[in-house]
Amino acid sequence: MLVTNRNILDQELQVLIDKCGSDRTALMPALQAVQRKYGFVTDFAMQKIADVLGIHPVEVHGVVSFYSFLSEKPLGRFVIRLCQTISCDMAGKDRIASQLENELGIKFGETTTDKTFTLEWANCIGLCDQGPALLVNDILWTKVTPQRVLEIIEECRARLSPHAIQGQEEHLV
Amino acid sequence: MSTELTFSQIEKYAGVKTAAAGGRADILATMKTAGMRGRGGAGFPVSVKWNLAAAATGPDKFIVCNADEGEPGTFKDRLILSEYADIVFDGMTIAAIAVGAAKGILYLRGEYVYLLNDLEAVLARRREDGMLGQNAAGREGFDFDIDIRMGSGAYVCGEETALIESLEGNRGEPRNRPPFPVDTGYRGRPTVVNNVETLAWAACIFAKGAEWFNGLGTEKSVGLKLLSISGDCANPGVYEFPLGVSIADVLTAVGAENSKAVQVGGASGLCIPACQFDRKIAFEDVATGGSVIVFGADRDMLDVVDNFMEFFVEESCGQCTPCREGNEKLLEGVQMLAAGKCSMKYLKELCSLGKTMQVASKCGLGQSSPNAFLSVVEHFSDEILGRTEGSNA
Amino acid sequence: MTDNINDSDRAPKAQRGQVIDKPDGVDAIGAQITITIDDNEIKVPMGTTILEAAKTAGIHIPTLCHHEDLCVAGVCRVCVVEVEGQRALQASCAYPITSPLNIKTHTPQVRRARRHVIDLLLSKHYGECYACFRNNNCELQSLAKEYGVDFFRFGHPEKPMFEKDHSSYSVVRDMNKCVLCRRCVRTCIDLQEVGVLEAANRSNETTIETFQDRPLGDVVCINCGQCINRCPTGALTANDPTDEVWAAIDDPKKHVTLQTAPSPRAGIGECFGLEPGTPMTFEMNTAVRQCGFDKVFDTNFTADLTIIEEGTELLLRLYKALVEKDETVALPQFTSCSPGWVKFIEHFYPEMLPNMSSAKSPQQMFGALIKTFYAEHHGIDPADIVSVALMPCSAKKFECNRPEMTDSGYKDVDYGLTTRELAKMISEAGIHLPDMPKGDFDAPFGEATGSGVIFGATGGVMEAALRTVIELVCGVKVEDLFEHANILPIRGFEGARMVELPIENVGPVPAVLQSLVPSWDWLKGATLKVGVCHGTANAKKVLDDIKAGGAFSECHFIEFMACPGGCLGGGGQPIPTTPEIRQARAKAIYAEDEAYGIRKSHENPVVWELYEKFLTDGPCGHISHKLLHTTYTARGKYL
Repeated sequence: MLVTNRNILDQELQVLIDKCGSDRTALMPALQAVQRKYGFVTDFAMQKIADVLGIHPVEVHGVVSFYSFLSEKPLGRFVIRLCQTISCDMAGKDRIASQLENELGIKFGETTTDKTFTLEWANCIGLCDQGPALLVNDILWTKVTPQRVLEIIEECRARLSPHAIQGQEEHLV
Repeated sequence: MSTELTFSQIEKYAGVKTAAAGGRADILATMKTAGMRGRGGAGFPVSVKWNLAAAATGPDKFIVCNADEGEPGTFKDRLILSEYADIVFDGMTIAAIAVGAAKGILYLRGEYVYLLNDLEAVLARRREDGMLGQNAAGREGFDFDIDIRMGSGAYVCGEETALIESLEGNRGEPRNRPPFPVDTGYRGRPTVVNNVETLAWAACIFAKGAEWFNGLGTEKSVGLKLLSISGDCANPGVYEFPLGVSIADVLTAVGAENSKAVQVGGASGLCIPACQFDRKIAFEDVATGGSVIVFGADRDMLDVVDNFMEFFVEESCGQCTPCREGNEKLLEGVQMLAAGKCSMKYLKELCSLGKTMQVASKCGLGQSSPNAFLSVVEHFSDEILGRTEGSNA
Repeated sequence: MTDNINDSDRAPKAQRGQVIDKPDGVDAIGAQITITIDDNEIKVPMGTTILEAAKTAGIHIPTLCHHEDLCVAGVCRVCVVEVEGQRALQASCAYPITSPLNIKTHTPQVRRARRHVIDLLLSKHYGECYACFRNNNCELQSLAKEYGVDFFRFGHPEKPMFEKDHSSYSVVRDMNKCVLCRRCVRTCIDLQEVGVLEAANRSNETTIETFQDRPLGDVVCINCGQCINRCPTGALTANDPTDEVWAAIDDPKKHVTLQTAPSPRAGIGECFGLEPGTPMTFEMNTAVRQCGFDKVFDTNFTADLTIIEEGTELLLRLYKALVEKDETVALPQFTSCSPGWVKFIEHFYPEMLPNMSSAKSPQQMFGALIKTFYAEHHGIDPADIVSVALMPCSAKKFECNRPEMTDSGYKDVDYGLTTRELAKMISEAGIHLPDMPKGDFDAPFGEATGSGVIFGATGGVMEAALRTVIELVCGVKVEDLFEHANILPIRGFEGARMVELPIENVGPVPAVLQSLVPSWDWLKGATLKVGVCHGTANAKKVLDDIKAGGAFSECHFIEFMACPGGCLGGGGQPIPTTPEIRQARAKAIYAEDEAYGIRKSHENPVVWELYEKFLTDGPCGHISHKLLHTTYTARGKYL
């Protein structure tokens, strides 16, 4: 991370602390905000957050590595989380998984080389009556069929076009 | 597909207004009369929990709404929060009056982040309407507000002490109990943790009366219950039944008459074979937080239990030995069975291990994770033993 | 007279974020509850854990994640018991008794559960018992024996899964042997507040990791080794140089010297089955000679030297601050003997490094003298000297490898040995230590004082310093103020404490200091305030207190020791460690002090001889500055 980015992070964290408080209870909101904006929690961010909240960086590492939705490694711009739990499994999640892998040329747990897509398994996302279901970042897709997989991916790509992302810059707070 | 829910008949704020007009004692008395047990799965009597927190001294108390709905096959809380959020917040407000809490927290699972904006909007409107903030609900001196905090993808955080750990910025690892959250909870203060549905029913109880609620269900399991029904059935969805309903009646309602088995209570629940479909969904018989997963005649029960064990192997918090290592051993056992390589002796050993996990694990996750394994071995040993490699039963 | 911030013999909190409240209407201190354990009725105070209650009833409950020094975890589940009326078993270490209970500690269900837990732990523990330094001193091994494990019910790893981490000079981590009891985590985060080790990931992928799983040598580890002492298995060990030391001994060209610190002598007997607190000082001298060391020296000698150097430095700082009104002088002055503490302040409070005494630790002073003064006077080429230090400490291994510790022109101390490692060498030489005849230390550093000995206990450095300051400044005998020269107010195990000493009268300035300070008149009527602190969690509290302008900011001199109990509880001492064991070792150390003919550092004739012959421009002079003082590195905590 460049020094300027560090300065930005400093300021953003300060705003967050003002909102959530400067003790450990602010840790999850802080990590979630960093994850949302940067796509992962950098080592500097972990140390900075630890410093601000008066805890040890290793404790932040322990927390980040515990939760499925927090990551210490960069993920793709779109993280596709396909539910693998029983109802979606019975509804045919394996075929969706296979089609996703085919379309993106990566396996689950991997990120495309252009850093656009990451494929991950999710455990029950609470859409058991509408499986197979998946989440693309915060967006829900239900009753997914192999045929619709390409549609999902193309919609993501469309959101990346220069017209689409104008005015969509994300902020930590 | 859903049945018409009672919640749709409840006016927002109605429960709070009734409750606020009375006092703390009235609320606790009403809850006692209603006799509701928690809807999250454990079934702890709600009025006892509220009473314990109300009796604790000190000003800082918390009402936490557990919206970390993660049990496989459960999605009723998602429906409640997306369509009847006001009733949940009503329930939290009533609980806050009852125990004397100034702060409510809705712990929303990370997977439901798409509900966040709408929920925040509901809270904003409630503030405008005077239902939150200073002198909330028109009650002099009652200052109460609700924050929403997000989870980040950890099933175990549905366990109330793990949830509190997560709120406090820790790894979601369940605490030793005692002390219990009603005594020592969030920030070490008395904390009531209730499930989304529990709080929604609490609001209904004040809108429709404790006697109404108490008159439904069975003697030991009063009231109505939402069931999330999925799997091999014609009409999956959220259904409302009085507790005590038989599994057969539930299956008829969802169009799944010729099922082989039903998993009640999610991955941590019990697998009920067809011969036991006359059993009742109630705390005294088959208890559930609301998940009902139907298995059709062609389902391989070993695949089912494999899926469940994989789930627990990923979702155990990993702090206590029986759960961390035990689930892995059970999953290995399932895979050995699938490959036709598990001796009867070792299977018995694994069942014995499962029983140890049920009593020796630190929290409900590890104590219930062997349930599916044990009940499939009990009811479907015919189907799972003596396989040849690469073939299903 | 004392100011107790926190007793570091207990972790800061019962469980992080969890406080056991007494129920309403019950006074926890007085309340007794009658419980039944295995049909024995006993009364216990409210809040006692089932484990503690069982102990008082003489009932053994096996444990693994439990440790007396640490907060409750309740994670291993070895100590489960049946509590009547409860469906699930309860972890006895984590269950506070607040109502009458009926407890059974060895029902079939309990025994089955414990056996399963042990089997499960063994299924992940890549233990090569015969190739493990914890062989016969391993809690997992003992449990397996206790529960009659005769086969691996759930399998056993055939290959290691993790690479050993040898990156640290002090501590070696072998996660193949880790059983995830998290004692090291609670030690590192709660007991010591260093924050290097924490559980990472979850479920069956849970491991104990450093920040981002970096090598231990690259993180903020202070090398205190407290985690080693509390690890139930061989997952954490000290970086063991005994092969190199043997090689040096076996090399006829090498002149191998061993300096021995006071604490190992009070502890090493435990490695030979003796009760804690059985001093082995002189038996050990004979044993190490038999092992083949050419000379055995007493580190107490340089402890005395430290008192003179550090004491002089303090008086100079006070003079500059009080008389010359130099506002840049950093006070209070901090002791610098404990290398774990040194690295702690370098990482976490680098802005307070000016407060550190520049005096080296006794180990490093000795190292510099052996390869200069000793080599010169004995006609030995310093290049041929292999200087070994026996220390109760794992951080000393890092300290002797600091690049700045080469003032003799060579590596001042070549190897640091822990108490455990020397015990191993002695055993390897076929020696049963307790049977050895007594032997003396070698000249020319043979003479030492009781003041040097007590460096091993928390408060010892300060007591030694006070004995000297009282006599050199006040011109009175310590015995006139404190019976037998035992300055009891400074002793004990409180985590942090303060003592005030009014200076009513002053004496003449001793000749050796006259060039530095003309008179003591400026101290007349002043009150000397000193502090003592052990365990880095307490150090953190004291440093924060100083920064906030609290009571400790008014101190003139503060002793800091990284390890709970001081050096006698060091990370190189025999395993296990408990408050009782540390107390027994302290008793041995204070008994040895009383047995010395000379009890005060400034009365050590050899020290003054050294100033006469070698450090000729006196305490804190140029020569001593070159050889006996050092500088520090502001490391910071960001990686």
